[in-house]
Amino acid sequence: MNSPPHFICTPFSLMACQGLASGETLKSLKAESETLRKKLEEERKKLHDVELEKVAEKAEALGELNMKTRRTLKGHGNKVLCMDWCKDKRRIVSSSQDGKVIVWDAFTTNKEHAVTMPTTWVMACAYAPSGCAIACGGLDNKCSVYPLSLDKDENLAAKKKSVAMHTNYLSGCTFTNSDMQILTSSGDGTSALWDVESGQLLQSFHGHSADVLTLDLAPSETGNTFVSGGSDKKANVWDLRSGQNVQSFDTHDSDINCVKYYPSGDAFASASDDSTCRLFDLRADREVSIYSKDSIMFGAASVDFSLSGRLLFAGYNDYTINVWDVLKGTRVAILFGHENRVSSLRVSPDGTAFCSGSWDNTLRVRQEGRGVGRELKQGGTTLYG
Amino acid sequence: MTIRTLRDYGQHYRPRMACLKNVEVFVVEMQDPKSGVKGADQKLNVTIIPHVINGQDVLAWIVTKMKVTTEEAQAFGTMLVAYGYIYPLQNHRKLVLVPDSTLYRFQTPYFWPVQKWPAEDIDYAIYLARRNIRKKGMLEPYEQQHYDNLHKWMNPKWDFIVMQATEQYKANKERKKPDRVVLDCQERAYWIVHRPPVLTFDVVRRTNIFLTQALMRSAVKSSVSLTAFVKFVTTHHNHDPFLTTPVPSNPWITDSDEFWQLNSRSVDIPTKLSVERWVLSFWELISDPRGRVDFKLFLKKEHSAENMAFYEAAEEMRWGAASAIPEKSQFIFNTFLKPGAPRWINIDGRTMGLTVKGLVVPHRYVLDAAQTHIFLLMKKDTFYRYLKSPVHKDMQKRALVPAPHVFTDAQLEANVRNRNPGISPILQWQQEEEEKAAAAVAARPIDVKAMVATNKLDRK
Repeated sequence: MNSPPHFICTPFSLMACQGLASGETLKSLKAESETLRKKLEEERKKLHDVELEKVAEKAEALGELNMKTRRTLKGHGNKVLCMDWCKDKRRIVSSSQDGKVIVWDAFTTNKEHAVTMPTTWVMACAYAPSGCAIACGGLDNKCSVYPLSLDKDENLAAKKKSVAMHTNYLSGCTFTNSDMQILTSSGDGTSALWDVESGQLLQSFHGHSADVLTLDLAPSETGNTFVSGGSDKKANVWDLRSGQNVQSFDTHDSDINCVKYYPSGDAFASASDDSTCRLFDLRADREVSIYSKDSIMFGAASVDFSLSGRLLFAGYNDYTINVWDVLKGTRVAILFGHENRVSSLRVSPDGTAFCSGSWDNTLRVRQEGRGVGRELKQGGTTLYG
Repeated sequence: MTIRTLRDYGQHYRPRMACLKNVEVFVVEMQDPKSGVKGADQKLNVTIIPHVINGQDVLAWIVTKMKVTTEEAQAFGTMLVAYGYIYPLQNHRKLVLVPDSTLYRFQTPYFWPVQKWPAEDIDYAIYLARRNIRKKGMLEPYEQQHYDNLHKWMNPKWDFIVMQATEQYKANKERKKPDRVVLDCQERAYWIVHRPPVLTFDVVRRTNIFLTQALMRSAVKSSVSLTAFVKFVTTHHNHDPFLTTPVPSNPWITDSDEFWQLNSRSVDIPTKLSVERWVLSFWELISDPRGRVDFKLFLKKEHSAENMAFYEAAEEMRWGAASAIPEKSQFIFNTFLKPGAPRWINIDGRTMGLTVKGLVVPHRYVLDAAQTHIFLLMKKDTFYRYLKSPVHKDMQKRALVPAPHVFTDAQLEANVRNRNPGISPILQWQQEEEEKAAAAVAARPIDVKAMVATNKLDRK
């Protein structure tokens, strides 16, 4: 079961590993690096003809945003580490430190399924596109897929399938465009693409020099790339087919905790322990915006865009959520409510709300609340209108 | 006179001993339980590490004790870390003192540099061999290089080294987990100081290849790409529920799921907002399940449904299970690609040739070229014809503009009590699969011979 992964050797890695040619020394290679780097900087500088703020002047200003918590999901006995939405726009899967993974219908706040993993610190969980399965993993170094069942009494652990096998903790996982493939990132510094049915490793991605903490699949029509962020402060863009690192951004000052693609697929945002979130333009190959404030000193743990890409929601380790205007670079709202770190944050598939999971053991679903106000108390779950 | 051979690595890394005696005294004072730096137990992932100090406290203590500025204290503190008297718990390769809540521990005196015990190669070899066993062959590249070098010139002693490593590994396993973690941290920190990681040439080579490719790749001017972002935001403004209130109402606010019902895949008449979104781009059209249904209807009228069918089949193969690839590729070839196929797709000769050749040994990306060609064809040609077609124009006219909900307080309360549980996604998926299977049967070409055989075409 523990067979070592077979590396798919690209022609480039073979080239890199060949012995030193005549006249080549480590010094000469390093000098070549410097020249190439300088040249790349020059080329990119030529294309850097305007800042985002200038272009964003054309955009309308945003009105005041008034976000309210619409649902509070209570049921986890320990820190919520990760969450994901189902494509049906109302169901959520969440995982926590005590090993429990719960599937909720967030609209009715009912718990639909619960699984107890044989490991603690389940740091990653994902909902399958069909809505028929979930994937999760953490300190067990594996990613397991659990098919969901209509029968409430069925023991889901019986049909569990171990898919991914890493040599260190699993930090992130996501299904690709179907239930049959999973993309995982791990503390062992690699990301990998797996075939769910056979557990076979389809492609592995090497390039980070430290733990890979997060990944996100591109939403574009070609659907061939994904971005990953790691403890080495780098965000790398990879080609799924070849396993190659096609772009790299290393402007952050500390670990990158979360990366998310812009809805059009031409950019991505990152959240880092250096308390900033940044926007990276993939076509111009550079960082275009930094979302930060002097008063924000704690690391950002998770980010996501609203449907139009105008708003960036970011959850921080100081228990707050900041909402940024992506184009103008200003903060439009700060949200309170969680009693501990916000570990994970995602906007629903149709953009009608966003959910935040926190170390205070709860998940909150929030939406813009104009004029609708009603506070009710019902059976243990408090609803805020 | 002692002859230093080129292989005597130890001497390169052993720091000068004399000055460190004073440092040693200083560090001992730092650890004094009453007047030294305060330490505490710290939980790291799952184990509790005892006697942990943080960078801030260390710095403050140095400033007070030595009566220096913060800058000086910072420099000195970093030296303590660089020489291995204090080691960082998490970012173990970065040997600096960070004056915040970064965690450190005092290195046990056994591992202090001033000890006459030099960082012998043989000990390093045993350490690496043991690490190799523990990590099942996955050493870091610089460690691997050191390991290979040591193996080369220490070959006669290698059996002894491996034996020692195995013994130590077994003994380690007997220890309690927190002790093991602490000892591992200490050892790793020691060897980072005495055998620092070097930049191996293959890493530099890889960087050079990456940079060369980056230079070859064309990048776009900022003005172009940034304007594209603003355009995207503006065109999608009306579709973003955080910026424009959805009609009839946002389900999370009013507890009525009518919004979801009106936008579902199987609804008869879609909403005007949905139809507007389909017009934005071909990708938006086929990403929305209801939109795809509409597009397929148009294709059926045009008798060019095979393009979309091929695209969907190719997507299924690309994202599907590895075991299904041979079967799917065969099906696709028979249905879409072979000469005289019932749903033959019209692609250029070169692409067809490449694809058919590739299908001899099918892999999941073998249809990429053909799929891209068909997708671009649909995007650049079929999509625009669809927008001008009566199917679409008719839909635009008939599209609903639902009236916004106006609920009284009592009605809202009732909504909360009667939240619709909706259909389980599992049931929905089963339904869709059944529909797909039925459609596949219906799309199969009619076998004339079979029909004649069963006398169905008998006109008498």
